Amino acid sequence: MSSGHSTYSPKTGIGRWMDSRMPLPRLVHDSFVSYPVPRNLNYAYTFGGILSIMLVAQILTGVVLAMHYANDTMLAVQSVEKIMRDVNSGWLLRYMHSNGASFFFIAVYIHIMRGLYYGSYKAPRELLWILGCIIYLLMMATGFMGYVLPWGQMSFWGATVITGFFTAIPLVGEWIQQLLLGGFAVDNPTLNRFFALHYLLPFMIAGVVVLHVWALHVTGQTNPTGIEVKSKTDTVAFTPYATIKDGFAMVVFLAAFAYFVFYIPNYLGHPDNYIMADSLKTPAHIVPEWYFLPFYAILRAITFNIGPIDSKLGGVLAMFGAIAVLFVVPWLDTSKVRSAVYRPWYKLFFWLFVANAIFLGWLGSKPAEGIFIPLMQISTLYYFAFFLVVMPVLGLIETPRRLPNSITEAVLEKNKGGSAHPAGATAAPETRG
Amino acid sequence: MSATDTSEPNRRDFLYVATGMAGVVGAAAVAWPFIDQMRPDASTLAASSVEVDVSSVTPGMSLTVKWRGKPVFIRNRTPEEIKAAQDVALGDLKDGNARNANLTADATATDLDRSAGKEKENWLVMVGVCTHLGCVPLGQQGDFGGWFCPCHGSHYDTAGRIRKGPAPENLHIPTFQFISDTTIRIG
Amino acid sequence: MKKILNGLAAISFLLAGAAWAQENAPAAQPHDMSTMGAAAPSEHNAAEPTHFPINAPKEMDWTFSGPFGTYDKAQLQRGLKIYKEVCAACHSMNLVAFRTLEDLGYTEAQVKAFAAEYEVQDGPNADGEMFTRKALPGDYFPSPFPNTAAAAAANNGAAPPDFSLIAKARGVTRGFPTFVFDIFTQYAQGGPDYIHALLTSYDFEPPAGMEIAEGTHYNPAFIAGKSLAMAKPLSDGQVTYEDGTPETVDQYSRDIAAFLMWAAEPHLVERKQTGFAVMLFLALFGGLVYATKRKVWANVAH
Repeated sequence: MSSGHSTYSPKTGIGRWMDSRMPLPRLVHDSFVSYPVPRNLNYAYTFGGILSIMLVAQILTGVVLAMHYANDTMLAVQSVEKIMRDVNSGWLLRYMHSNGASFFFIAVYIHIMRGLYYGSYKAPRELLWILGCIIYLLMMATGFMGYVLPWGQMSFWGATVITGFFTAIPLVGEWIQQLLLGGFAVDNPTLNRFFALHYLLPFMIAGVVVLHVWALHVTGQTNPTGIEVKSKTDTVAFTPYATIKDGFAMVVFLAAFAYFVFYIPNYLGHPDNYIMADSLKTPAHIVPEWYFLPFYAILRAITFNIGPIDSKLGGVLAMFGAIAVLFVVPWLDTSKVRSAVYRPWYKLFFWLFVANAIFLGWLGSKPAEGIFIPLMQISTLYYFAFFLVVMPVLGLIETPRRLPNSITEAVLEKNKGGSAHPAGATAAPETRG
Repeated sequence: MSATDTSEPNRRDFLYVATGMAGVVGAAAVAWPFIDQMRPDASTLAASSVEVDVSSVTPGMSLTVKWRGKPVFIRNRTPEEIKAAQDVALGDLKDGNARNANLTADATATDLDRSAGKEKENWLVMVGVCTHLGCVPLGQQGDFGGWFCPCHGSHYDTAGRIRKGPAPENLHIPTFQFISDTTIRIG
Repeated sequence: MKKILNGLAAISFLLAGAAWAQENAPAAQPHDMSTMGAAAPSEHNAAEPTHFPINAPKEMDWTFSGPFGTYDKAQLQRGLKIYKEVCAACHSMNLVAFRTLEDLGYTEAQVKAFAAEYEVQDGPNADGEMFTRKALPGDYFPSPFPNTAAAAAANNGAAPPDFSLIAKARGVTRGFPTFVFDIFTQYAQGGPDYIHALLTSYDFEPPAGMEIAEGTHYNPAFIAGKSLAMAKPLSDGQVTYEDGTPETVDQYSRDIAAFLMWAAEPHLVERKQTGFAVMLFLALFGGLVYATKRKVWANVAH
């Protein structure tokens, strides 16, 4: 639901002068001030805003860290430690950047789960969803390459293992791996290109974010009921209603972020990454950053050959498939009803999926041996079954609960009885200030 | 915000202003580390002392050493150069200040106060950076037989004092001391 | 919102159960270092354990733990003495500069005098030769060996690790559910706990039947095996303390562990103090924003 026509009318002479030449203030006003959002959005819908500030924070801290970082295998560790010890506020900026990556992923996972729960990917928002998936992919590439830069043991061996995925591809695998590494093993050329790409990718993310927001503003937001906006009473103006709510969520999120940065800054990292990379000595147990752990478990769940596909290629395909399947979610879900609120069975399967994903993450931190292998396999099976079986089949057989006729009706129903708000207070807020 | 909105406009406005102010304070506090990190870091500030052996520098010879990333000229002046510098009247100088970090800020640019001091008048230790725009002047050149900056044509005399050209100040003299008869510590 | 919270609670409960069952499964599978509760050697095969350390490190009281933690300067000074007199014979600490020792409460002159006790290589001089000179505060602790290969050659093939970051580079995996509680207890002392445990665990006898490789020393606290190349480095009375602190291996181990934590994280105190101001501000600001949000939405049902 786009705003259709603009309500912006410049009050000053300068405003009118600018508006007739380059209407940037009009764009900002239409997108972030008068832009109508559903009145019933809950806090799960604040993570888009949180993600934007996390992206900005990562770019800003990243740019200043790059002013001190030396992109060379002989100097990387020293320069990072110089940041931590000698550069003014350097320790703060680096801990913000390393923990910021983790909190970026925490926010993006909640954002994705919000989308899956409320059916945000369904028509007409398929493109919006796919753009989001592209951002997620770019984030994973950026996070992975950033983790290599401190040139610790986990940096080195993580890079070795992840670039090793490509050797699973028949015929050209080895060639591709050498292309990525710029050599036969992870070394100085690898570090150099990873740094260049780690600096570039966030700006590409920012570009795709612009498209993501553009697509969002064409279709309008979904909301917990999954019913499209029908009248003006269904919405409130973005400012001040959504801005202040997003603002509060941001402060709470930043408080959690600050808690990690200032009190347990190494909690989400691995001690081995404080040991300088040694190409002759593999750590006892290589684990990627926590946000890749579910996929790492899926990779290692495939311990058997599938027809002509050997287990190595099978693992890599399963891992990439786990991400690729997200792209087709809009067409896998056959349900007529958008939101899980009105789908009792989907709701159950959804929470099972979330639990399973966290469990996969825990399994990812465990070695591939003993009981863990069958557990990884069961968990992987459910991961794929959720998308490939539950989504298409459940949509056809499930009986949804009765849907309200409009967002306003849903809000009124919710607030009926025991509510502090008298019914009269629900008059269209847009008529105010 | 029309007055019909609420019966307590003052309390509400106060809340909005307080929140906005707190937000501004927070944003400023966050901005500080980003600016702070640009200042010279602890290792740069620490590496600021260099010892130079000048035993092989005979009168008429110069030595250039690097200190804090800049050249420092150490010259053992000939008696003629010292005489020439001593003969200049203070009124003829463009910059009357000694620019000597070892003396008080108001010391005048006499030849003695430009040199390494009594008994060491032959030694001249200066930061070799033109006070105009930072080029490195060439030694024993220019109209006054001292230093000449080729970038924009500043002429310094044999005591490193600006005499002609766009540079505003005499060549600066860094903190230094003779820790023995043949060793100078700069910084 | 409530539903999401309920859902999350249910999930965590479910997961906790599953994982707890896994961690406490009888005849535990050999999964790296996750059986953490065990203070005794693991039961299924005492003679040939398969996961390390055999004994979990004991959690010690450190002055720098918790939100208001600070370093005890007297302790750091004692730790520096141990490093200088004992550890430095084999272990480098090449990311730590002498000038930073002022953090330990020393004056500039004391630091200068301390640095002057070391020789560092400099050069080339005017003749193109490298030379050694007395260290200045701006220099870094020199390495006892010219390079890693020399260090390895002098130590039975096992190069002693550098100490600059060792307190952050060591940590025994905490296992479920301890790692969840660690978020709230702010446990970040895995490194010092481990160092203390390692240094105080040399006196255990290997269980009957255990094979200890030639030239290695049994230590049930060692993270990567049953024995390590380093012999017991500290003994009672080895380092003299001027301040009357007991000269025992236990005390030495605490002091060197605290010192190494400082070496790895010199800005820890500043970090925690800044953190307190930041958290206080965010609590205040969060309250204000929440009040504003309530006011803005007061007349809109949602």
